[in-house]
Amino acid sequence: MSNVRVLVGTRKGAFVLTSDGKREKWEVSGPHFAGWEIYHLKGSPADPNRLYASQCSGWFGQVIQRSDDGGKSWTQPGTPPGERTTPEGMPKGESNKFVYDISTQTGKPLTTHQWYDGTQHPWEFKRVWHLEPSPSDPNTVYAGVEDAALFRSKDGGTSWQELPGLRGHGSGPRWQPGAGGMCLHTIILDPNDPQRIFIAISAAGAFRTDDAGKTWQPINKGLHSQYIPEPTAEIGHCVHHVAMHPSRPKILFMQKHWDVMRSDNSGDSWQEVSGNLPTDFGFVIDIHAHEPETIYVVPIKSDSEHFPPDGKLRVYRSRTGGNEWEALTKGLPQSDCYVNVLRDAMAVDSLDKCGVYFGTTGGQVYASTNAGDSWAPIVRDLPAVLSIEVQTLT
Amino acid sequence: MIRVILPPHLRGLARVRGEVELEVVGPATQRSVLDVLEARYPMLQGTIRDHVTQQRRPFLRFFACEEDLSHESPDAPLPDAVVSGAEPLLILGAIAGG
Repeated sequence: MSNVRVLVGTRKGAFVLTSDGKREKWEVSGPHFAGWEIYHLKGSPADPNRLYASQCSGWFGQVIQRSDDGGKSWTQPGTPPGERTTPEGMPKGESNKFVYDISTQTGKPLTTHQWYDGTQHPWEFKRVWHLEPSPSDPNTVYAGVEDAALFRSKDGGTSWQELPGLRGHGSGPRWQPGAGGMCLHTIILDPNDPQRIFIAISAAGAFRTDDAGKTWQPINKGLHSQYIPEPTAEIGHCVHHVAMHPSRPKILFMQKHWDVMRSDNSGDSWQEVSGNLPTDFGFVIDIHAHEPETIYVVPIKSDSEHFPPDGKLRVYRSRTGGNEWEALTKGLPQSDCYVNVLRDAMAVDSLDKCGVYFGTTGGQVYASTNAGDSWAPIVRDLPAVLSIEVQTLT
Repeated sequence: MIRVILPPHLRGLARVRGEVELEVVGPATQRSVLDVLEARYPMLQGTIRDHVTQQRRPFLRFFACEEDLSHESPDAPLPDAVVSGAEPLLILGAIAGG
């Protein structure tokens, strides 16, 4: 029988929730890294016991953690106890070293980006928002960071190198931070084409590479953002999240700052599919494991009111790839609920029926074992949830 | 022998309890002490000083002998009482929150 492992990143630590395939009884492990912000943790598709975690703190900066036993124990890559690798006999400690590439490949202009006041500001590393393990190699993992850039490790997180072609695209000086910082928060590795990667940045937009990260192009045609001087500009859009179903890698769904969007051509163009949503602002978007036209969002009232409309926590599901949406409310609070669901805080399992999971800033992790028809909390009182990932273990 | 007291989160990363005792060869300064500390506990690299600039992270402070040494030159000699081991060098997170 299959098991399910839910990886939860919160403001004050990580939690691992496990259950058998019935998904009725859950064991809660944690907090791991108590007191630290865990922006994201995710397992390797090639080795489900290999997990990577982004651990950070305003005081102590960024730390990368790795588990090789499904989250039971963790080490900073390159520094397991007893491993001695330096001439002095001490382990190396470079797994938290994220240094921007300022070689001629990236070019001098890319040492700065646009700041809130319109002036140019130096690129400064702050944290890792998202870790995306390779589908085929447990030791290869990508990191999306703030200030926006894409890094890759090929040695299990021990050392990191920037893929500088992204900032070398040329539009870098016009990228600017959103309210949450200038973060690269979405990384999608095309399951059929290892040369193709999609990423998204707040607030620069979405980009795609077709040559494994050497060169990139913005893929924002069709996006319309009233909050930038030129609403249809090539870059500057505040993309909140992008999702792809592995069976149809050319079709993308996007939750933008406002608007839910769809692309049928790998991002070359987008059309709005917000349809009858009560508000098209939100952060998360995800896709049913077995029905690639079934998508989920959690509408949030507005960019200044980061909570559900009318105090009702509702997941909206479209079975038509957008435009026609139904509210899913059974088991979710329908009064006095003012939590948010952040951009990386929804995921699905691949059981039948598809499980859908999301976490809130109020510390609840809700699960549906029937594709969203009904919901129940796995846990109610964690710290604010930053991210959710799900592993289906066979 | 120089005694260093780390904040709890860094003790957790370094897998140590209580004080850390360091043998520093040559003049004892913030820089030389941190060099030895990071050599023994490489997992602390980047958590006290920036990897590239070697600047103290903004929300960390260095206290010793009831004085704030955070704004001293990293190459300034540490107080005699720290060098002799009579007093510890405290590395701590600045108070934040409400």
